[in-house]
Amino acid sequence: MKTIFEMSSPDRIGSSLPLLDVPASSSVPPNLERSGKIGLPEVTEGQVMRHFVNLSTMNYHVDKGMYPLGSCTMKYNPKHFENLARLSGLSGIHPLVPEAMAAGTLEIMYKLEGFLCEITGFEGASLQPAAGAQGEFCGLMLIKSYLESIGEKHRNEVLMPDSAHGTNPATSTLADCVIIGVKSNEFGEVDPDDLREKAGPNTVAFMLTNPNTLGLFESRIEELTSIVHEAGGFNYMDGANMNALLGVARPGDMGFDVCHLNLHKTFATPHGGGGPGAGPVTCTAELAQFLPEPVVIQNEDGSYSLSKKQNSFGRLLAFYGNTGVLYKAFAYIRTLGAAGLREVTENALINANYLKARLEEYFDIPFNNGPCMHEFVLSGDRQAEKGVKTLDMAKRLLDYGFHAPTVYFPLIVHEAMMIEPTETEGLEDLDAFAEAMISISKECDEKPYLVTDAPVNTPVLRLNEVQAVKELCIVEPLDEEG
Amino acid sequence: MSRFIPNRGDHFEKMFRVIGVEGISDLLQSIPIKYQIKEDLDLPDPVSELELQREFEGYADRNTGADKICFLGAGAYDHFIPAAVDHILLRSEFYTAYTPYQAEVSQGTLQAIFEYQSMIARLTGMEVANASMYDGASAAAEACLMAMRVTRRQRILIAGSLNPRWADVVRTYLKRDDFEINEIPFLEDGTLDLEIAAKLIEGGTAAILVQYPNYFGLIEDLQPVAELIHEHKGLLIVAADPVALPLLRSPGDAGADIVIGEGQSMGIPLSYGGPYIGFMSTRKKLARKMPGRIIGRTSDRADQDGYVLTLQTREQHIRREKATSNICSNQALMALANTVYLSLMGEKGFREVSNQCFQKSHYLQQKLLEIPGVSSIFADTPFFREFAVSFPVSSLEIHDRLMEKGFLAGLPIVELGEGVMLITVTEKRTKEEMDLYVKFASEICGRME
Repeated sequence: MKTIFEMSSPDRIGSSLPLLDVPASSSVPPNLERSGKIGLPEVTEGQVMRHFVNLSTMNYHVDKGMYPLGSCTMKYNPKHFENLARLSGLSGIHPLVPEAMAAGTLEIMYKLEGFLCEITGFEGASLQPAAGAQGEFCGLMLIKSYLESIGEKHRNEVLMPDSAHGTNPATSTLADCVIIGVKSNEFGEVDPDDLREKAGPNTVAFMLTNPNTLGLFESRIEELTSIVHEAGGFNYMDGANMNALLGVARPGDMGFDVCHLNLHKTFATPHGGGGPGAGPVTCTAELAQFLPEPVVIQNEDGSYSLSKKQNSFGRLLAFYGNTGVLYKAFAYIRTLGAAGLREVTENALINANYLKARLEEYFDIPFNNGPCMHEFVLSGDRQAEKGVKTLDMAKRLLDYGFHAPTVYFPLIVHEAMMIEPTETEGLEDLDAFAEAMISISKECDEKPYLVTDAPVNTPVLRLNEVQAVKELCIVEPLDEEG
Repeated sequence: MSRFIPNRGDHFEKMFRVIGVEGISDLLQSIPIKYQIKEDLDLPDPVSELELQREFEGYADRNTGADKICFLGAGAYDHFIPAAVDHILLRSEFYTAYTPYQAEVSQGTLQAIFEYQSMIARLTGMEVANASMYDGASAAAEACLMAMRVTRRQRILIAGSLNPRWADVVRTYLKRDDFEINEIPFLEDGTLDLEIAAKLIEGGTAAILVQYPNYFGLIEDLQPVAELIHEHKGLLIVAADPVALPLLRSPGDAGADIVIGEGQSMGIPLSYGGPYIGFMSTRKKLARKMPGRIIGRTSDRADQDGYVLTLQTREQHIRREKATSNICSNQALMALANTVYLSLMGEKGFREVSNQCFQKSHYLQQKLLEIPGVSSIFADTPFFREFAVSFPVSSLEIHDRLMEKGFLAGLPIVELGEGVMLITVTEKRTKEEMDLYVKFASEICGRME
């Protein structure tokens, strides 16, 4: 499609402003003045709408169909919550107004902190992290601050299983730690003996996703978290998979000291094509004294204010977090209540196990020793023997009208396909997806070219990623304007 | 029974049969019994859509600061947002989509962000831009880390006139024993003290981070700063206000190596501080050192144009501990808001927004300075949209009295003096509102004398 720049023609305008009602008597000194045009498009409002609506039709999205992306929890995003976050009293409030003038927002934030603590079994919370990765950074900073306060500043090792999300090692580097890998055992769980060997006087934290990225609950969790505590380290739970635990089990009860939650996964706030999300952190009282500023407190007279923890490690964003996202997660918890949240998890588990059962005849499923939690991982090894890669099958699913699963992750499974249906899919949707997968597995046997040539029913065909890197074009060149 | 969950009794019966279990407890068997919650979580009872609507209207009503006449800025700004922006953001196709990993079914998001990158690069006078950071402050921190990677040096000089919240975020991200952050003080006129900067820079500095216009709205001449840091083979990071850029010399033209900033002013509501968006642009030769996602144009098997996430080997999901950043989810929908906003405003409209902010803020400043006892803090230094004045009475007093009249008068900065207020004027403020501000302020000042 043409870019918005190619639609530009001089003197078109897509907005109107009141005329300047004061004298235009000031000017920027010549040495500080901009020379030449910016290069923004000149188009009408109608052209803008048409351009972006046409672009939008080239997107797959949750309101169109199933999105079985493992560890991404692509559930339905309730429409009402979009309206609530847009109430002018909530969306039109400046972050630096006196606290009493933002009493409604502070009340929501205070209550949401309490809800998230109750759901995870912790005592302290920060709503500030803008996304899961920033939540991880927040968690490690809490731990490092605590260690420094007890004279253990020399500790610099973060332990993590080989199945960890890529953000875990990247965050550890940002927090100035080195990564020590821990092996998985034959059951796809962390090997306690290996963890015992690697935990020691330099351990800062053990970062674990639970259920892990194979969709399995770490059944020896008590042993794992104890090993780390005995070594003087802390247990960090990556809450990406919290959709498997709502109202069923709590990280705080299992020996974790801190966790982050992805509100844009577990708590139904939309992904927005890659954000904004929100990655609040909850933690023990011991770590809470170091939470980033500000936190919301309730005063004796019942009013709410922003406050700074005495030993706060600092600040992660200019203000208090992705507040507009927090409103929606709060609305979700208010809508579902305790029983509703448990129902979410139960249905997520049933849906995942049903899909796994429907597919196990057609695909290899490593570490398949019983029920999975909210997701499971297939291997495309059997199909690879026919010359069809997992990437090809992922692309073929697009032709069938589904989004692809998460592929090539976790790294410990060959040709991995990680499937998470979520609780908002019905039996008929799951069956349709299973039929598509089965049909593709048959194509791999009979007509593999259909799969390797895929996709063919999409707005564009398979794109050349090597060319994108080699001929790097990441902005529209100015001289090519229409 | 939730309105978001489709399966019911009959479905479960069939599903359990296919799975080969009796019921839900069999699916929970891998969770040790001692960790399984026996009772419901302690959460308030659920509410219907209508009840929740009423509850939220209560919260919105209690935000009494929301309908005031806003002269408050300091990092978040009350600008006009054309209605069409939200119509695009509310398209399910955009807001309920995932990160565009499957490019063939994500061309809408990908092309929109490509256009966003192009607009940011043009606005800042740079060659390339990324797909967004969390906010301006975290973008500033990421830019410092990037400069340290590029130069293999571990010292950053930040302007003392940088937004203090941003400076806090930079310090938090760079909190390491081997990293050094020094602050360059500002002179009486509010601009950087380059003599002190020249001393601090000695012995290997990765970058200078300067805000443009600075926290007090003052327009710094970037060129001498660029020349100073470049003499010492370091980088210039400019934290730019995008609304000022249609009028001001672009940071790229003045010698910046990395430009970051807060994009909230371009079509994003105040929303108590978020979600906002950080932008980042740089020179082409540094593109591969940038953090965050980047969209690139390429072609498909039929040789038609298309867009993909590119240079992914910089990123955490490929490079893991060696990634240029840990960022994964960014602020994609906010990037779309910026793109639609800038398309609607266009070359002339955005320049007009910028010009109105400039003219109106000067009008208000001049009128306030006519009040006996009111003085400018930074003499005649050029400013944009935001300025600091000193009232002959406590700025907190001015603030509270004007609040009674329905005004958010600005941000009192008592650190600079008891009467100091940082005042912002966007294109939304009218002459009538400004004249009233002056009238009330003058009454308060007169009465107190």
